[in-house]
Amino acid sequence: MNNFGYTITRDRQIDFDKLPRDIYRELCQKEPSVKACISCGTCGATCSAAQFTDFSLRKYILLLRRGDHKEVAQNIDKCMFCGKCQLACPMGVNTRNVIHSIQQIITSNLITLNENAGI
Amino acid sequence: MLVFDWFVLPFTLGLVYLVVTLLVKYFRWVKNLPVDEFAKVKKGVLSTKTFSAIREVFLESLLHRKIFKVNPLLGYMHTSLAFGWFLLILIGNWESRIFYHGHVSPPYVPIFFRFFNPHPVGFKLEAMFSFLMDLTLLVVLSGVTLAWLKRMRSRFFGMKKTTVLHMGDRFALASLWFIFPMRFLAESFTSGAYGGGHFLTANSGAFFAGFLPVESLVYPAWWAYSLALGTFFVALPMSRYMHIPTEIVLIFLRKYGVSEQSIFTSYTQVEINSCSRCGICIDPCQLASSANIRGVQSVYHLQSIRNCAVDNDKSLNCLMCGRCDNVCPVGIDIASIRKANRKQQAAQKENVYRYVPEGNAAKADVIFFAGCMTHLQPSVKKAMTGLLKHAGISYWFMDESGSVCCGRPLMLAGKEAQARELMANNKAKIVASGAKLFVTSCPICYKVFKEEYGLNIEVMHHSEYLLQLVESKKILVNRQDVKAVYHDPCELGRGAGIYAQPRQLLKSVVSLQPVSQDKENALCCGGSLANIKISNPERKMITADAVSVLTANNPDVLVTGCPMCKRTFAQASSVRVLDIAEVLSGALVLKQPTALIKVKNEERLAIQPVLIR
Repeated sequence: MNNFGYTITRDRQIDFDKLPRDIYRELCQKEPSVKACISCGTCGATCSAAQFTDFSLRKYILLLRRGDHKEVAQNIDKCMFCGKCQLACPMGVNTRNVIHSIQQIITSNLITLNENAGI
Repeated sequence: MLVFDWFVLPFTLGLVYLVVTLLVKYFRWVKNLPVDEFAKVKKGVLSTKTFSAIREVFLESLLHRKIFKVNPLLGYMHTSLAFGWFLLILIGNWESRIFYHGHVSPPYVPIFFRFFNPHPVGFKLEAMFSFLMDLTLLVVLSGVTLAWLKRMRSRFFGMKKTTVLHMGDRFALASLWFIFPMRFLAESFTSGAYGGGHFLTANSGAFFAGFLPVESLVYPAWWAYSLALGTFFVALPMSRYMHIPTEIVLIFLRKYGVSEQSIFTSYTQVEINSCSRCGICIDPCQLASSANIRGVQSVYHLQSIRNCAVDNDKSLNCLMCGRCDNVCPVGIDIASIRKANRKQQAAQKENVYRYVPEGNAAKADVIFFAGCMTHLQPSVKKAMTGLLKHAGISYWFMDESGSVCCGRPLMLAGKEAQARELMANNKAKIVASGAKLFVTSCPICYKVFKEEYGLNIEVMHHSEYLLQLVESKKILVNRQDVKAVYHDPCELGRGAGIYAQPRQLLKSVVSLQPVSQDKENALCCGGSLANIKISNPERKMITADAVSVLTANNPDVLVTGCPMCKRTFAQASSVRVLDIAEVLSGALVLKQPTALIKVKNEERLAIQPVLIR
């Protein structure tokens, strides 16, 4: 391929046909308080796991809202469950159950998720 | 001489079925105990433990001493039914043994003695026995009446809630309620028709004979009595009345030292079958009393395990505060069962925290571990490090930066394999530091470091350590004119049995006021990490109720030993909330390092600005 010295950036459109929001819907059923998340990032600022990794609950909730579960599935188990995020959350989101529920949903849907994502 | 009538069959068959079922079950449960636990049983059987078990069976299974302590009326109900029934069997057996001159007779004979011998002519002891039997029957009947009243109106017993029954229980309950009234009627009719009986049955017999054809009612009444007994015996293994025989097995096993493991064992089966579903655990549960969350309390949790129908969400909806454990009259290890249940349900994963660096350990005498919750309370952290520096301790603040969780929250959620991974990381650092003492300012961490880490060094809660420092005069404090109340954190109090040290420490600096519910009966702040299902508004209801109990006497400050309780209360309390370390740091006497003991009065006055108030 010719090198013109520049590339085209990847398409950042969110296509809900390709990225189903089922996981987020199921999550909302299991822990309705997740709907109150305003993505402020306070959870990440206190997070024990975030000292060593890119773990960010704020990001994972955002990704799930967009229907993108891949990065979430790879990282969600890194949570230490210490509960600091829950005490810090200004919106009263039950963050520990959010994480617990994501872990449960992803474990129970792992095969179908992988198929959809072409893994 | 064989005494027999067809009506004894329901009773006899029911009894045979019951005895065989129980023997098979108990044999299997004891045989399937884990090897170590089974060895304890073998070792204990021939020791004095057996005698103390027999004593406890008498006190608890028959007299129900513990229920008396919680609720005298409820205690009388259980005693009159259990001990009364026991006496009825015992006296009945004596009577028939003496009457038949010691001949061994089938088990139904003493039970239906009055039918076969309505008015035994020439039996010298008849008057005494019929009096005793009437008296005992009256006691049992009073118990049945109370049981009936309790079902109708539990408030009559000072209980807010009693348990909700399922089908098998209703069946057994109905037949149990029938047994003694039927015996009363059968004996009354017999007495009305043929004489005999004493103050109760003779009089009621005469009364019934006045307007009923008692002679033709005698036989059906005995049939009904036998049927009620038979039905109860058959329903017993499937109902909550399984607790009657199982509690005896439990007491023996417990005396021999058998205990709950981190997973379900056959001992768990013995424990859950020993639950009488008395419902005493419902009222102390703050989820019920403050947040109106029903159906998750221990009695229902144990029931759902027994029925193999555990709802994961319900199992996780528990503060694990231990208030129910504290009142259970059977002494079931409720918290351990719930923990094992959570472990069973959670996914156990390995190597999920490989990202955590091994970290460098610093050499020091004392390790201070703040824990995640203390990190959210910088004032506690500051007070603690200030006190340690002040006392001139060589310490290492283990989680000052890059803090790794202690693993207790994962444990409480059932994720034990994950917890062990974090624990291994922390333990390696502790061992490498060569410290002799481990101090933490968080009771949640304290419990897991003390019980699960298997450390060779002493583990202390900061209240214990600070007390030591004050007593050894390494820290000098001034008394403050402050009224304080102390809140027992669940993990520190009921969890680890530390009640005295924080109080003693506080008494040296403030005037400690009493609280209506303290020590073993202390309330949970509502912040508990053990419950991941409860919603924030529900937590707030629990906190509000706890705060109102703690601050009922208008103290100046509410003191606790847990950063999580502190944070939870601070949001709901109008009274200032402080950690025990902050109180101490506020009362500190600035001292001269050279003249430790000889602190003059003038120097005492030059204290730090008082932090309290």
